[in-house]
Amino acid sequence: MFKYLFAKNEDIPAGSAAVFFGFSAIVWFVIGTGLGSFNAAKLAFPDFVTGNMYFAFGHMRQVHVHAVIFGWISMAFAMAMMYIAPALGNNKLWSEKLGLWNCMFWNVGLALGLTVLWAGITSGREYSDFPWPIDLYLAVFVFIPLALNVWMTVLNRKTQGIYTTNWFFIASLFMVIIVFLVGNSPEFFHLSGLTEAYLTWWFAHNVLGLWITPVAAAIAYYTVPKVTGNPLYSHRIGHLHFWSVVVFYSTPAAHHLMSAPLPEWLKSFASVEGVLILVPAIAFVSNIMLTMKGKWYMFVENIEIRFTITGCLMAIPLNMQGGFQQTRAINWYIHGTGWIVAHAHLALLGFSTFLEGAAVYLGLQTIMRRKLYSLTLANMHFWLLLIGFTIYWVSMTIAGLIQGAGKIYEVPYIDVVIAEHPYMIARWIGGTLVFVGNVLWLYNMWMTARKGTEVPVGRMPHELSYER
Amino acid sequence: MAGFREYKVGTRIFALALGGSMCITLLFPASDMSKVSATDMALEKQLSAGRETGFNLDDPFLQGWNKPLGVELTVDPKTNQPMATAMTVYVYQKGTPFPSGILHPRVLGAGVQELSVEQGHIVDAKKDAGAVFAISKGVYNGQQVSYIDNLTATKGWTPDDVMHVAKDSDISEAGKGKTMFVREGCWWCHTLLPEQTQDWQVFGAPPMLGDFNGESPTAFGSDRKAPDLLHVGSRNSSREWMMMHFFNPRLVQPHSIMPRYDYLWGDKDASGQAIDFAKWRAEYDEYREGKRVNPPEVPSYASNSEIRGLIDFMLSLK
Ligand code: HEC
Ligand code: HEM
Repeated sequence: MFKYLFAKNEDIPAGSAAVFFGFSAIVWFVIGTGLGSFNAAKLAFPDFVTGNMYFAFGHMRQVHVHAVIFGWISMAFAMAMMYIAPALGNNKLWSEKLGLWNCMFWNVGLALGLTVLWAGITSGREYSDFPWPIDLYLAVFVFIPLALNVWMTVLNRKTQGIYTTNWFFIASLFMVIIVFLVGNSPEFFHLSGLTEAYLTWWFAHNVLGLWITPVAAAIAYYTVPKVTGNPLYSHRIGHLHFWSVVVFYSTPAAHHLMSAPLPEWLKSFASVEGVLILVPAIAFVSNIMLTMKGKWYMFVENIEIRFTITGCLMAIPLNMQGGFQQTRAINWYIHGTGWIVAHAHLALLGFSTFLEGAAVYLGLQTIMRRKLYSLTLANMHFWLLLIGFTIYWVSMTIAGLIQGAGKIYEVPYIDVVIAEHPYMIARWIGGTLVFVGNVLWLYNMWMTARKGTEVPVGRMPHELSYER
Repeated sequence: MAGFREYKVGTRIFALALGGSMCITLLFPASDMSKVSATDMALEKQLSAGRETGFNLDDPFLQGWNKPLGVELTVDPKTNQPMATAMTVYVYQKGTPFPSGILHPRVLGAGVQELSVEQGHIVDAKKDAGAVFAISKGVYNGQQVSYIDNLTATKGWTPDDVMHVAKDSDISEAGKGKTMFVREGCWWCHTLLPEQTQDWQVFGAPPMLGDFNGESPTAFGSDRKAPDLLHVGSRNSSREWMMMHFFNPRLVQPHSIMPRYDYLWGDKDASGQAIDFAKWRAEYDEYREGKRVNPPEVPSYASNSEIRGLIDFMLSLK
């Protein structure tokens, strides 16, 4: 890859940037889930690796969160955009070279940012933890070049219209840049007090709602029709999904602060808008499920479809939880408990990761024109992720309900800690399975690059049968 | 270039939708929240913590540099005469950046702003010279209002005067401590936000709208795995307990999942002796295995150690 950084743009093989991003994403996935598993161990066994600032829970937690969000998820998005946007526009990526540099700067910046966070140098604002110089770096060297590349690719397309996936890509890139700059502005402009606290959650909410959720969905709008060969069930429903994301998902930021003293009108407004997120959610899930008509056997036989559809199915409980847990009637019980941690992992590790996983499987095979090295390893990856995640989700949901009960019955806090202990251990075991699955995946993709059977020109990888 | 020719209407609606959403979720709430006046709690918090306790250029490595000191005054620093009632002042030594409320009095909100400027003379405070602040009470539009008083301007007390009469035990390094709180990620387990619906009894009164003006970051915490700390100092004000609990929480609470913060002691204890952590841990392990009756003694901390600031901060949370 590095040899192309200084090559002429025309000399760089199409797809290089996407491959670079794909492998970077998997490596960050391994690192990020490894850190997650380490943190989980610390919450189960507090004296596991102790007495050193760098291994204290408070120094490691945000490193995990940022490694998975800005390393794994966002890089997987970049990889997907770099091969899907040109594929749908029937052209080439605007600049492979920009893409390669983008990926380089991204890896360097993220490594730097995580090191800084690890040392405890933080803004003290959840999800916008990076200090502002790192934020500026990420805006200028990560998001803006990515957006430029994808926008120019779509503008230079050779097709008539723009397909659903690409609307989402271009709009989300626009929105994430705005969200990133506005959301981090309190640090830069030294805002303080409730305004700062509110903007923290405005950022956290919108980065999930206008970046992670829509881009993950956009990927499914591509993978499912592409692999099954069915056309998207309905473009109208796609429109409904798109517009309702822009209108409804961008507004309920305050529902993260339902128990804080924000203006009451803001909380009520956010809570109503939050329920309305069910509109894009239902539109999306039904559109994908109906696209599968007649091809359900692929849910069993094809690894990309299995990942995608599992992720879409997880969007159902995810959004039902999301819509209801943020209403005043329910939020007071589960706010700030493990329930929310379970929900966060259902969104990011369940729903979103499964869709991106499919995109990376499909994308790497397609660009490298190599058949997946081993179906067995891919199956193991799938099941380790699904079983590990399920253990995680169930145990943290139970822990959260225990905490909720502890809150309202005024149980001495330490008894809640004791009651949660078994679930903390279960979460650690579940999370470790996910980590192990990812190590297998990295090996599998590496072997695919080296030893995978070549896919003939004009064929899709899934048209060939698996060999191992 | 294919451009957006089929999407003229779409792009405009998009701009309208996103712009509308920004108005409702940014503009309206921000203008609403900025109208609120600072309460006593907000004044205390910003004066004791200083400008920012997250990353900032005055303290880029979150070491607690350039933070104010809280001082409990019992004698008048000019006359050296005992005062009738003790008072708390906040000393901003030369070069210590002022909090938002002093730099931008607008942040303090109606009433507090006017009194702080007109009677408290906060705009006269100079970073290069340092200043001493306190919270005073005045009357605005017939209502009693607390405001920030720049004692350097109103009484002529300089930071040096105050530090001259202050003993180490009168000084609170809560500003440094809050920096440690942010750096060490205490807020990943503890919240600083009792919930309005049910926490009154156990964790104390939830904060109100004006309790945060000028504070940054608020470090509410979202993910509670441990007791809320907003009023911890009024539940438990024992330095000794805090000391043992931070060195190793399992000394006082065997089931705690809180990490050990022994590394905040630094290398030397209060008497300047090197702390032998390896020995302590080995002896503690023996105690855990039942080979010793008592756990090893927790070293006393040096007065400039990080843990001192952290404990000062905990005890300041009344
Ligand atoms: C891994 C989670 C975790 C982290 C991180 C953590 N704590 Fe704790 N803390 C706990 C738990 C659990 C308890 C309750 C049991 C106990 O007393 O140890 C507790 C109790 C406390 C108490 C006593 C509360 C009371 O109601 O009496 C204080 C004070 C405290 N912690 C301060 C801190 C500070 C300051 C930090 C950061 C340097 C910190 N904690 C970091 C989990 C944590
Ligand atoms: C792609 C996969 C993953 C993503 C995107 C992800 C994302 C996140 C996010 C967003 C949070 C913050 C949650 C909150 O504040 O509510 C978090 C916390 C955490 N995650 Fe993950 N995670 C992933 C995988 C894992 C794995 C495999 C483990 C291993 C057990 C793990 C363990 C943890 C732990 C222990 C926390 C801290 C929870 C707490 O503070 O109570 N995560 N993760």
